[in-house]
Amino acid sequence: MNINLTLIGQSIAFAIFVWFCVKYVWPPITAAMEARQKKIADGLSAADRASRDLELAQEKASKEMHKAKEEAAALVDQANKRAAQIVEASKDDARKEGERLIEQARAEIQQERVQARDALRAEVAALAVAGAEKILETSVDAKAHSEMLEKLAAEL
Amino acid sequence: MAADTPVEYIKHHLQNLTYGKLPEGYERADGTLVDEATWTFARTAQEASDMGFMAFHVDTLGWSLFMGIVFLGLFRYAAKKATTGVPTGLQNVVEMTVEFIQGVVRDGFHARNPLIAPLALTIFVWILLMNCLKLIPVDYIPSIAHALGLEYFKIVPTTDPNGTFGISIGVFLLIIFYSLKVKGIGGFTKELSMQPFNHWSLIPFNLFLEILVLIVKPISLALRLFGNMYAGEVVFILIALLPLWIQWTLNVPWAIFHILVVVLQAFIFTTLTVVYLSAAHEDH
Repeated sequence: MNINLTLIGQSIAFAIFVWFCVKYVWPPITAAMEARQKKIADGLSAADRASRDLELAQEKASKEMHKAKEEAAALVDQANKRAAQIVEASKDDARKEGERLIEQARAEIQQERVQARDALRAEVAALAVAGAEKILETSVDAKAHSEMLEKLAAEL
Repeated sequence: MAADTPVEYIKHHLQNLTYGKLPEGYERADGTLVDEATWTFARTAQEASDMGFMAFHVDTLGWSLFMGIVFLGLFRYAAKKATTGVPTGLQNVVEMTVEFIQGVVRDGFHARNPLIAPLALTIFVWILLMNCLKLIPVDYIPSIAHALGLEYFKIVPTTDPNGTFGISIGVFLLIIFYSLKVKGIGGFTKELSMQPFNHWSLIPFNLFLEILVLIVKPISLALRLFGNMYAGEVVFILIALLPLWIQWTLNVPWAIFHILVVVLQAFIFTTLTVVYLSAAHEDH
């Protein structure tokens, strides 16, 4: 247990080791560790951001969905209304058409009745003239008596 | 081995392999006279002590250099291969150590100095590795050395006061250097002379007290480490004197206990170094 030059040798070795450590060992290790720390921090914040983005996107999607549903409902509603309108309108048209047809038919009937009556009247007049001829045994000059005959026909 | 009695066995185990200068006319253990001053290996403890200051403990220097190179080699290797991706194996161990040291420095050091953390890392790992040599059974390596013709061989550098003082003197020089750098010569002198009693008449007393405090720092650092390791070593040697079949009952618990001591002493040395250097950086 003698104190001797070993002391100085040990001090020199110590100084060299510390120098080497300061220069070549410590910086790369701590640099790598810091770089990793930063990487991890970045990764974590990116994950955070992504989850926030996802939340926002989900919210947006559900909003869009809601809006689309509302729009669809409005469209259906509108379509229903329009359909009802169309049905109503066509009903109206049909009724009008029917009425028109009935009117037309009536007019035609009326016209035919008038025609028939006229024809009948003419025939009756002819019959009456013939009857009168038979009675009078003479022919009635139709021309001469046309005025009377027309009067008669109008009375029928 | 030259160990006939227990006392000799213990003394033998506590003697370093010394390479030093024998003075002219010195009578060696075998009775021969040294013609002129020569550098040689000491054959006995007496010779080693007679070599005085001009001697090296080859085993202490060799093993501490070896352990320092192991430390720097491992850490440099890990540093070169360090990736920012997922760390594995060696890189994990190295980074854990580095983070631990960063924690110690963050807690104990309150100034800014990029040298302190790597310094603390060097001290911690180097001392830890040197201390760990103690867990190798006491006779293994000395026996091998003996077979190679080396009379004495003590492998744990921290059981040699030269080994621990060598480090603590380095720390002491750093304390002085940073005290002067941060506070200036005037500031440092003032700190030494005007504390704890701020009165001109008490300057000699203050100087005496503060210089004592300053000098005690490296001495306490070195002696604490040396004392713990040396005592542990002596106990291991004493256990080795017991009959072979009973040794494990004491050896095993003591070795397990020493796993704790080995780490604790390295940690204490590191922490105190950081604290002392932090005090050196404090400007009043």
